[in-house]
Amino acid sequence: MANELPFEKPIVELRQKITELKSLSVDKGIDFTEEILRLEERCRQLEEELYNELSPAQKMHLARHHGRPTSLDFIGAIFTDFMELHGDRLFADDLAIVGGLAKLGGLPVTVIGHQRGKDTRDNIARFFGSPHPEGFRKALRLMQQANKFGRPIITFIDTKGAYPGNTAEERGQSEAIARNLREMAGFGVPIICVVIGEGGSGGALALGVGNRVLMLENAIYSAISPNGAASILWKDASRADEAAAAMRITAKDLLEFGIIEGIIEEPQGGAHRDLECQSAAIKRELIAHLKELLDLSREELIEDRYQKFRKIGYFQMAQVKQAEEPVNDESSDAPTAAAAELNQEAAPATN
Amino acid sequence: MQIKDLFSKKKYATIPSATTERPKRDIPEGLMNKCAKCGTIHYSKELEKNLKVCSSCGHHYRLSAWERIGMTLDDGRLFEYDAEMESVDPLNFPGYKIKLEQQKAKSNLRDSVVTGEGSISGFPVVVAVMSFDFFTGSMGSVAGEKITRAIEAAHEKRLPLIIFSTSSGARMQESILSLMQMAKTSAALSKFQGDGGLYISVFTDPTTGGVSASFASLGDYNLAEPGALIGFAGRIVIEQTIRQKLPENFQTAEFNLQHGQLDKVVHRKDMKQTLTQLLDMHTVKEVSFDGE
Repeated sequence: MANELPFEKPIVELRQKITELKSLSVDKGIDFTEEILRLEERCRQLEEELYNELSPAQKMHLARHHGRPTSLDFIGAIFTDFMELHGDRLFADDLAIVGGLAKLGGLPVTVIGHQRGKDTRDNIARFFGSPHPEGFRKALRLMQQANKFGRPIITFIDTKGAYPGNTAEERGQSEAIARNLREMAGFGVPIICVVIGEGGSGGALALGVGNRVLMLENAIYSAISPNGAASILWKDASRADEAAAAMRITAKDLLEFGIIEGIIEEPQGGAHRDLECQSAAIKRELIAHLKELLDLSREELIEDRYQKFRKIGYFQMAQVKQAEEPVNDESSDAPTAAAAELNQEAAPATN
Repeated sequence: MQIKDLFSKKKYATIPSATTERPKRDIPEGLMNKCAKCGTIHYSKELEKNLKVCSSCGHHYRLSAWERIGMTLDDGRLFEYDAEMESVDPLNFPGYKIKLEQQKAKSNLRDSVVTGEGSISGFPVVVAVMSFDFFTGSMGSVAGEKITRAIEAAHEKRLPLIIFSTSSGARMQESILSLMQMAKTSAALSKFQGDGGLYISVFTDPTTGGVSASFASLGDYNLAEPGALIGFAGRIVIEQTIRQKLPENFQTAEFNLQHGQLDKVVHRKDMKQTLTQLLDMHTVKEVSFDGE
């Protein structure tokens, strides 16, 4: 089956064997019931073992699975009355990002997501889900609209990254992403972001400054794709699996770092196995988080979001060695060795 | 043999190559400096006098954070913030700790940004100055935190903020934590700028990736040094995507100016004056329209 990933091969083979036995028992009239039951039990065990212990690289392959549900799949299954809205009012309508109005349990919301294509033709039209500046600016326009009318914002993140092309650069790819980050931080409505597949770099984050950021169990999120990291680190993009492990890209890692607020379970084998079940799980989480956020005022929502991102990061204060600072050691703001020269007479300019 | 062969030249005169024959003179390390762009040899002292700009082609050499501070702030004086802050290895990333130590030794910096307070032509300012010589100016937790604190300090003290950027982008070795620094710094700017704070962003060579796609692009005024490389994606990645060679000037400051991404490209010798003028524009003094 084309739908299976290489690491799922043992299961596929076992299933084939079961099918063969079944047809054999029908054709030849031999009773293999016991055999089949035994194999089915073995298959179930194998699946459980495999899917409960997925490596980061295996998750990465699941997150990129071509059959994995896209934003539009989830929007259709989770919300009602979806009305897609188009265009950034400046340049174009970027199909790599979709967005519009919808209702969640009767509540009007603005919903936005990266959109991968379903087939080659669709993928080309949607730039494989990698937005140009106009995509980010469309998203911003829809979010500003939501902010004005007090609608909560739900975003689905699923992109390898912002589109790396000359036209994107000419139109200000950096500025478009940066502006989204800053503006999202200032919206007085609840923002919930769900990483449904691959969260790649700035292009993902440009829809990702939420009060709550959730991830599907097998989704990944990182500053650079594992392939990109491998080619920079080891000059070998084929070592992506290795990089995936080193980079801590899984939902579990991000929960540990306090970057996401929750993990949404996937059906065994991945989201593509059961869209309905997956959508129901996402919907439950969205409603639960939304209920909490709807109690907050505009100011509280902004502050809540600010504090969420403000606290992210790990660092330490170096112990300044006495030897490094023979002259100025009474200063608690001791500069680095290089700074010392220029900084000898440093004093607060204002106070 | 044909007639015309009689006239063809068979022997070429050889002139001894001056460059190969010249004995190598002992030049002390660092005394001379060759321009990376046009190849002109400069005396380092002359070059420094010229603010590290090539006198023949105008190429702006990259500056370390402290060189920039020396050129920009009054008397080169900075009251430094968070000088002791340094990176840890939160991901346990292979080789990161060793690399950090190497970068520290190489650059004499603790991380890729120096922040603090000083003054420019008497105007008090908060500055953040990035240094490409530490880990290619990449932004990890430390750079993000120091810049955020600088923004918060400017906000609290009601001072203008100036950030000189130079960076290859997010620091891969801190992956997602690096990425989140983009959101953190931008959120801090949202508060500061939303409350009337003045932020001048100066792009210097090179500023790309996560830094370009966060605080560096968010100035109330976006300036850049001539020739600075400014962009989101790298040239090689783009060429692979579009399967075309890009023009030489692609992603330069001038290219960005032409495409509406910058307010002004400012020569290094005019930078202090330009900053002063901008700061002055935001300082309300006595106004008299009499006699106008």
